[in-house]
Amino acid sequence: MIYWELFLAFFIPNIIGYGGGPAIIPLIEAEVVGRYGWMSAQQFAETLALGNALPSPIATKMAGQIGYDIAGVGGALVAVLATVVPSLLLMLGALGLLYRYRDSPRVKRMSQWVRPVIAMMMAWLTWSFLSEGLQGAGMLHTLLIGAAAAIALLHFRTHPAFVVLAALIYGGLFLG
Amino acid sequence: MSAPDKATLGALFWAFTRIGLLGFGGGPAMIPLVQQEVVKRHAWLSDEEFADILAIGNTLPGPIATKMPGYIGYRVAGLPGCLIAVLAVILPMIVAMILLLGLFSRYRDVDWIRGMGQAVVPVVMVMMAQLTLDFWNKSRLALGWGVSLAMAATAGGLIYLVGLHPGWVVGALLAAALLRPAGTAEEASR
Repeated sequence: MIYWELFLAFFIPNIIGYGGGPAIIPLIEAEVVGRYGWMSAQQFAETLALGNALPSPIATKMAGQIGYDIAGVGGALVAVLATVVPSLLLMLGALGLLYRYRDSPRVKRMSQWVRPVIAMMMAWLTWSFLSEGLQGAGMLHTLLIGAAAAIALLHFRTHPAFVVLAALIYGGLFLG
Repeated sequence: MSAPDKATLGALFWAFTRIGLLGFGGGPAMIPLVQQEVVKRHAWLSDEEFADILAIGNTLPGPIATKMPGYIGYRVAGLPGCLIAVLAVILPMIVAMILLLGLFSRYRDVDWIRGMGQAVVPVVMVMMAQLTLDFWNKSRLALGWGVSLAMAATAGGLIYLVGLHPGWVVGALLAAALLRPAGTAEEASR
């Protein structure tokens, strides 16, 4: 049942993903590319690139787009609900309880302990994008684009939307 | 709670539409915008309340940029407020994503369109490397080199070599963090 699988694919990353939207990205990749094989690493990279170029939260944009791609409007709805509703319901329902524990060292420890695992998964994803780039764009273009993007993003703090746009233009001109 | 008036719902809608359209860089980067609208412009919450709600939001998993609007919308105007605030933040760009990527995949066979798709992969790689570094640095500061490395390596081995679903690894860690007796004073102060 595709809706049930979609629900699980977005519910699980969002219910274990501490640290906001970005922490959820590698967990979603593990589901939609790794477990269910709904999309290729290339398609996931394209979704992520556009997601980073547009405003608003990344987790819901990816859920909506991937859900739609797999099962139409119903799929988008299921994926977005699985992303938003569980933690929002907890927040509305257990506010008093959570208020008491908001500075608890245990709660702090939860996000601290998850971070190295997420960092590991992000490193793995970086690696898989590298090998995808080598296969697709080739070594020379991957190095050139990667180096230019790194300088623009890290050194000049260029807006991600402009970096993605520049890459699109470069690809349209030189990789066609 | 009395039925919310149209003016309040309209104000919620526009406030969170602005936040959604101006907030680049994912949820955590949007928090200052939420504060600007909710505390400074509309005074729906005080500074202290906002800080408390942010702290509470962070005790829960999932995207922060939907928990905050949902909660604030609910507080200001009940269930309709909650729905309007969340939809205003997320819906416009979900539609934009679907339209743009739909158009893109329809012409995937055209050479230069495929070239565009290939060219963004190295960019995403750099962005992901940046996130990796960011999470690694935070982890190193909180847990130290040795512990961070050991946890990352163990998790990596279980997920990528043994083939365990990441949900089990992260879930087990969360359970351990929650159930283990409260930490030392030193741990609490970090």
